[in-house]
Amino acid sequence: MNLGAAVGLKMGKPTRDAFGEALRALGAEHPELFVVDGDVHNSTRTEWFAEDHPERFFNVGIAESNLVSVASGLAAAGKTVVAASFAAFLMCNAYDQIRMGIAFPHLNVKLVGSHAGISIGEDGPSQMGIEDVALACALPGMTVIVPSDEFQTRAAMRALMSLDGPSYLRVGRPGVPIIYDDQVSFEIGKAITVRQGTDITFIANGLMVAAALEAAEELSKENIDARVLDMPTVKPIDEEAIVAASRETGAIVVAEEHLHHGGLGSVVAMVLARTEPCRTRFVDLKDTFATSGSEDELLEHFGLTGQDIVNAARELVSR
Amino acid sequence: MGDQQTERANGPATFDAAKLADLARTLRRDVLEMTTEAGSGHPSSSFSIVEIMATLYFGGILQYDPKKPHWPERDRFILSKGHAAPILYAILAEAGYFPKEELMTLRKYGSPLEGHPNMRRLPGVEASTGSLGQGLSIGLGQALAARSAERLYNVYVITGDGELEEGQIWEAAMAAANLKAGNLTVIVDNNKFQQTTAVSNLTDPSLYPEKWRAFGWKTVEINGHDLNEVHQALTEATNYNDGPFAIIAHTIKGKGLHFMEIDYTWHGKAVPKDKLAAALEEIG
Ligand SMILES: Cc1ncc(C[n+]2csc(CCOP(=O)(O)OP(=O)(O)O)c2C)c(N)n1
Ligand SMILES: [Mg+2]
Repeated sequence: MNLGAAVGLKMGKPTRDAFGEALRALGAEHPELFVVDGDVHNSTRTEWFAEDHPERFFNVGIAESNLVSVASGLAAAGKTVVAASFAAFLMCNAYDQIRMGIAFPHLNVKLVGSHAGISIGEDGPSQMGIEDVALACALPGMTVIVPSDEFQTRAAMRALMSLDGPSYLRVGRPGVPIIYDDQVSFEIGKAITVRQGTDITFIANGLMVAAALEAAEELSKENIDARVLDMPTVKPIDEEAIVAASRETGAIVVAEEHLHHGGLGSVVAMVLARTEPCRTRFVDLKDTFATSGSEDELLEHFGLTGQDIVNAARELVSR
Repeated sequence: MGDQQTERANGPATFDAAKLADLARTLRRDVLEMTTEAGSGHPSSSFSIVEIMATLYFGGILQYDPKKPHWPERDRFILSKGHAAPILYAILAEAGYFPKEELMTLRKYGSPLEGHPNMRRLPGVEASTGSLGQGLSIGLGQALAARSAERLYNVYVITGDGELEEGQIWEAAMAAANLKAGNLTVIVDNNKFQQTTAVSNLTDPSLYPEKWRAFGWKTVEINGHDLNEVHQALTEATNYNDGPFAIIAHTIKGKGLHFMEIDYTWHGKAVPKDKLAAALEEIG
């Protein structure tokens, strides 16, 4: 996988690994932190927490609805809870339990969905969480975070610890390019300008931030000056950054590893419609399930490359 | 529904244990070669059900016709533990649903042989699975639909033993007994392990037979690698019409390769290329 290589980004760890490392460290600092998983802790990396704190880790079996409601009970009893599984199984199999047991009572449960997106590759569509952000955003009071690299993931996990309420953190399976360093901080609800620009803005999260940086570099050869906003918090969204981007650059491409409906693109579009509309394009998975294949093949075939962002941008600006 | 066996469309009508044992070897080799070529997949989860699958498709149990995959009265087979897709694909190729060469496209871009079964892309696949816990309910639906068909067909579902932790399995179990789904059979692949641990660390699998009985299923326990026992149980299940039938098959995860049999962490891992030749030799 050479995503980001064109702009000199080094390949980093998978965001699920960074999540697992952060969780292990937070476990030592927070004796009230409990973790629930459903027979996939070697995949979600909650097993690293389990190694250090077996008394605060529960594998409830391949039973995601049970997993989520157990997390709800732990939280209602005053614990801080991380509930983890594959994004697809956690959000889709246990949605009513999330709705009734976590969102409605506004409990302090951090839902963590791993193996999100099509970049999991060969395992195929049944294992790919590609609707998870839409589902999470739909529920009142949810904070929804899609980090772009390992450093931001660790910082986001720390920030989530001081949040008292329901949240969803989305992490991925493969390594992703490094955007930040270990000094990075995370403020929930704030976009990060990773590249300044005045002609167009790319709003992206997850691995699409690296793709957006590639696209910006490509367009700079044509004297098109693209701003890149990393938007890890999808909810609550950073309206100010979106409005400013619209005002200052007049064109926006939103890029995400998610279905078209209900993800970052929808959220950004609603902000724009209500505030400062501008010409907008969307680079996402459209309205289709993916297939098996290698990560690179899938990203290319399903339209999630830097070139796809360039193409979308060309529809909006030209020099 | 034993009386309907006369109208067999395909597959040998008689059971030949020696032939099936040979076939089981071929199927294990296919699974190994295709997963190693793919570089990922679930050979160990496939190996525990080779004898069961071989008997279903080539031991005179299932009625099917690869030339007419949508023949309305075919028997249905559902692999609820969809991650064992490689053995399903090896079986379907052997049966003639698609050329055997295609097995080597497993998990590759463009191939209908996806990481988990996709009923819209591959003829012979009766349900899209891969999210555990759903296949038995789907099977129940298909079994109920048969009641209004010209001729009653049978539905066979294989679940994992870890998969039984999904609550939906027991919702289906309750409903199937209540609805007297006599044409529905579940085969539980009791291979003792799941993804991260032994099933016994999460639930007591020795109680599974009692549980299925308590839910109203006629239940038998067998050695899932003994072809005669497998055939006898499947025949009994097919002929039993008073309600749903459960076969608890005691199996070995990774059966056929000693290093997989003793180490459950092979779950979801293909044999690396440099170990393939030795592994094929062990299977024989
Ligand atoms: C709903 C759901 N949760 C989790 C998984 C991930 N997963 C895939 S295989 C597996 C273990 C299955 O164990 P078992 O049912 O015993 O099958 P075996 O591999 O032993 O045949 C798990 C947890 C999944 N596919 N679906
Ligand atoms: Mg098992």
